[in-house]
Amino acid sequence: MTATAHASEHSPAGGSARLAPARLDATVVRRDFPILMAPHDGRRLVYLDSASSSQRPQQVLDAMDHYYATTHANVHRGVYAIAEEATRLYEAARHKAGRYVNAPDPAREVVFAKNATEAINLVAYSAGRHLIGPDKAVVSTEMEHHANIVPWLMLHEERGNELRYLPLTEDFRLDLTDLERLVDGAGIVAVSAMSNVLGTINDLAPIVEAAHAAGALVVCDASQLAPHRHVDVQALGVDFLAFTSHKMLGPTGLGVLWGRAELLDAMPPFLGGGEMIRDVRLDGFVPNEIPWKFEAGTQPIAEAIGLASAIDYLEMLGLEAIEAHEVELTRFAIETLRADHGDDLTIFGPEPDPVGRGAVVSIGYAGIHPHDLAQVLDSSGVCVRAGHHCAKPLMRRLGVAATARASFYVYNDEDDICALSSALRSAKELFG
Amino acid sequence: MSGLEDLYREIILDHYRSPRNRGELEVPPAHRVEGFNPLCGDEVVVYLHVDGDTVSDVKIAGQGCSISQSSASMMSAAVKGRSVSEARGLIRSFKAMMSIHEQSIGGPGTGSDGHDGESPDLSDPSQLLEGDGLGELAALQGVVKFPVRIKCATLSWNTLAQALDEVEAGTPSQ
Repeated sequence: MTATAHASEHSPAGGSARLAPARLDATVVRRDFPILMAPHDGRRLVYLDSASSSQRPQQVLDAMDHYYATTHANVHRGVYAIAEEATRLYEAARHKAGRYVNAPDPAREVVFAKNATEAINLVAYSAGRHLIGPDKAVVSTEMEHHANIVPWLMLHEERGNELRYLPLTEDFRLDLTDLERLVDGAGIVAVSAMSNVLGTINDLAPIVEAAHAAGALVVCDASQLAPHRHVDVQALGVDFLAFTSHKMLGPTGLGVLWGRAELLDAMPPFLGGGEMIRDVRLDGFVPNEIPWKFEAGTQPIAEAIGLASAIDYLEMLGLEAIEAHEVELTRFAIETLRADHGDDLTIFGPEPDPVGRGAVVSIGYAGIHPHDLAQVLDSSGVCVRAGHHCAKPLMRRLGVAATARASFYVYNDEDDICALSSALRSAKELFG
Repeated sequence: MSGLEDLYREIILDHYRSPRNRGELEVPPAHRVEGFNPLCGDEVVVYLHVDGDTVSDVKIAGQGCSISQSSASMMSAAVKGRSVSEARGLIRSFKAMMSIHEQSIGGPGTGSDGHDGESPDLSDPSQLLEGDGLGELAALQGVVKFPVRIKCATLSWNTLAQALDEVEAGTPSQ
């Protein structure tokens, strides 16, 4: 077992004497990530873009390689031994993904897709076009990633559903003042669990309550939250939830859609082909039962196994330990950046807040375009994302064309923050 | 900061801090074309006034990174007062300089300035560009080492080309 000294303490189930979560030691965690251990241009890689895509621990790489080297066969098709084993592993990955978000019935309610974007498109297509009428509004928010805006815009353009948006407050949170009026007559409310730009973690409870009272379904984009915090679809009360493997230490090419069984049952298929059918004649077909109704063609089997391994890794570290680590790191980052750069720096996002704010920090720097900022940071081995982060409506709302964004995960530590701050100083010297 | 001195040469920073020809022109008779870099939000607005065959005036508006804005500034200085065909030639030459990277066999890091025995015509950017706007424009050659930024550098040139197209098509100024 690789050297990872974490999560050795757990609170007794339901016990009152909760131990503090074991602290995650990012220096130790890093050792599991080959890309972070290799020098890049002779330098340590300071990877601060996990909100865009996270890195893979050796365990995940090994799991996928091992599968390909020993067990690979197509699933649900073969009778021979390795096909049985491949099928078992694939379905076990489905169960694991479902349990990760506390799905009541993982065997039926978890659909694998190509990514979270495809998962949301699936809902927009199958539910948006077939479960609700064109007279029903769709409510999204000003902070959404394009993945949770464009599919609804497409629905609007195609069928005429009115599109409304929950606005933002001055302190970068959702403004719920007009919530009841906005959900009145809505069929779908599409909201992210956490903003990929602001770091805001949304309190979904009032939104879910209002949506359900108005008869609307809630589609939650949990791409940013699921890798970092406990997500519990039962506690949240949402109707659909999407997240993605590559943001949570798993491989690219795999997204997860959780949906209520009765809704998935009522929805028509999204893509057509093999696997999603029970019978095909020349004049018609009978779709398969859920979840396979929504998985057309050969799925990313190895990737599902990779995701299962990634979930194992995260659970080995402990979600509480990850949360505590990131809360502390985010606070340290915001304090350090403010102390080192003062008024030169604008932070787009709420103040440090263990419950309401995640480890994503978007900044503007006086007189330096985010693109140039990211370029200078790159020359110091610091990787941040610069641009509109697939959230152009949010950029407009913030009054900027772009921001530079640093995001933290299990392998980042305070040294990374100091490297970031120091590189920002270099940028100021170059452009100042 | 390895390599950065190739990208952020002093003249580029100068044009970024003190961009030339900033402003607007009255439309019509001038033409106004907007260019966007969808990846990062760079925006260049080119106001172009063509009198007969001459680019009599050009103004630049918009906002974005130092490469996009300094390139726009240098472009404006290079084409102002030139004939339309000279302006077209400058666009071609500049874009050819930006695509040296793609045409060289070795890819990034092939020689310090993209010298490539396979395509002698393009290996020396100073031969590509006519006139005395050249010296400044050649400063952007370092961008080819940072392929992601090539679109920043060419944004204003593509926008200018579009504006020239509008003029020649007799499209009414918008």
